[in-house]
Amino acid sequence: MNEKLPDSPDWTRREFLAGTSAALVVAAAAAGTLEAQTPGAAPAIAVDPAVPHSTIRLTVNGVARDVEVEDRWTLAELLRDRLGLTGTKIGCDRGECGACTVLVDDQPVYSCSNLAVWMDGRRVTTVEGLSNGGPLTPLQQAFVAHDAAQCGFCTSGQLMSATALLKRNPRPSAADVKAALAGNLCRCGNYNRYVDSVVAAGGGVRSSVGGDQ
Amino acid sequence: MKTFTNSNARDPQQAVKLARDAHAAGKAASFVAGGSDLLALVKERIIQPDVLINLRGLQNASEVTSSGGAVTIGAGISLDALSRHETIRTQFPALAEAAGSVATPQIRNVGTLGGNVAQRPWCWYYRNGFPCYKNGGNQCFSFAGENQFHAIFGGGPSYIVHPSDTAPALMALDATFRIVGPFGERTVSAKDFFVLPRQNAAQENVLGADDVLVSIQLPAAMAGARGRYHKVLDREAWTHAVVSAAVVLKMDGDVCRSARVVLGGVAPIPWRLPEVEQLLAGQRITDDLAVRAGAASIAGARALSKNAYKLPLTKGVVRRAILEARG
Repeated sequence: MNEKLPDSPDWTRREFLAGTSAALVVAAAAAGTLEAQTPGAAPAIAVDPAVPHSTIRLTVNGVARDVEVEDRWTLAELLRDRLGLTGTKIGCDRGECGACTVLVDDQPVYSCSNLAVWMDGRRVTTVEGLSNGGPLTPLQQAFVAHDAAQCGFCTSGQLMSATALLKRNPRPSAADVKAALAGNLCRCGNYNRYVDSVVAAGGGVRSSVGGDQ
Repeated sequence: MKTFTNSNARDPQQAVKLARDAHAAGKAASFVAGGSDLLALVKERIIQPDVLINLRGLQNASEVTSSGGAVTIGAGISLDALSRHETIRTQFPALAEAAGSVATPQIRNVGTLGGNVAQRPWCWYYRNGFPCYKNGGNQCFSFAGENQFHAIFGGGPSYIVHPSDTAPALMALDATFRIVGPFGERTVSAKDFFVLPRQNAAQENVLGADDVLVSIQLPAAMAGARGRYHKVLDREAWTHAVVSAAVVLKMDGDVCRSARVVLGGVAPIPWRLPEVEQLLAGQRITDDLAVRAGAASIAGARALSKNAYKLPLTKGVVRRAILEARG
């Protein structure tokens, strides 16, 4: 996702998008400490001191962090709005779509349906932590090879559920993959490509569908 | 989300005290464990707590302990862990299957047994803030409205169906529920834990505002019985049962000594079928007997305007669950 925009060689798409949204919130963020992890990400939102808040220590993508959070913040809000990890998406914000899936202590959970304050002492992995800026994981490469993403909005969630599956079951069948991805909706309907990708990443060759779609 | 304070409880007694203190100060308080249901209710402003009492840190809350064949399960165990637990899978398979059938992996990883049992109904009128019995009002909008997923047994004045998958299995296993409240501990049978709307239309069980469901015990008498949880959904994954059946058969060779048949998705509480159980007791479980048991399962059922399909569906689910439990 770091391709250069054709007319602005110095800007990546992510930086451009983050920059435009940053302009909208720059006044609000001016007083806060900026904790952006992702280059060019929007400035972090700050805790409103008038709202119940807590300090937690958690590990995010291998980095231990002490973070102040409002008690009402979801983990998804902490990751995106405070830590700048916008690879985690918020779709329904009700624990129904799976776009916000991250790993907590290696288990996939809906980050929109877990409070940030409950993550004290926990280990969180987001899509940014899969390859940590290095080469893509075999699973991510399989997603690319199989055109798994269409619009891409659900993709990071699909990756996290599939990553957890492969850790527990390195050579899953198509049925195993379907069960593991049951909590990740894809409005583009690209389920078969997702299943094929994960089966392939596990070394399997059997396609979930005959021929192309 | 609205603002609230998160209070971490160390033990059930402290959780109860936190709730009592909040209520005494005029604040709305809710217990929370997995949070999947509770946060959805807060986001929809169905409830508006000032204090969340977090039960995730309760000590030993997710332990499974065995004693002479009986098993005590901490209410804080995740549904995923419960579904994979060796003792539960081998000795109480209906409960393991029910836990494994809930929602999605993401929800089973954080959702707890206690929370699954005590979750609020998923009636669309309730969840959309209609002033129904569950929202403090005095009518049930489903009765003359969109009732295709509503009750065919035990309805009135509210026609919600109990949404839990584990609850029918627990009732079929003669589970008892240990509750810690302001006046100490008490243990309640499954029969008394769940309450019909005609007893209390505002809630689905006996838990008071300051009560914590701590653990659930399964009796030794049910250990090793054959069991099955058969769940029919309106799509292949990720929803509540349209109709489900938990069947537990205590066998003596190929003769059924005693049976438990409990339905989910059809009544405001897990719906036990004593007549069907009596039909099976003392008999060889033949295909024909299963058909007759299915036919008997809807005695007394009353369809609403849009859910008559649940009658034949229930017959089929009961028949299949019995045959699958028999093996």
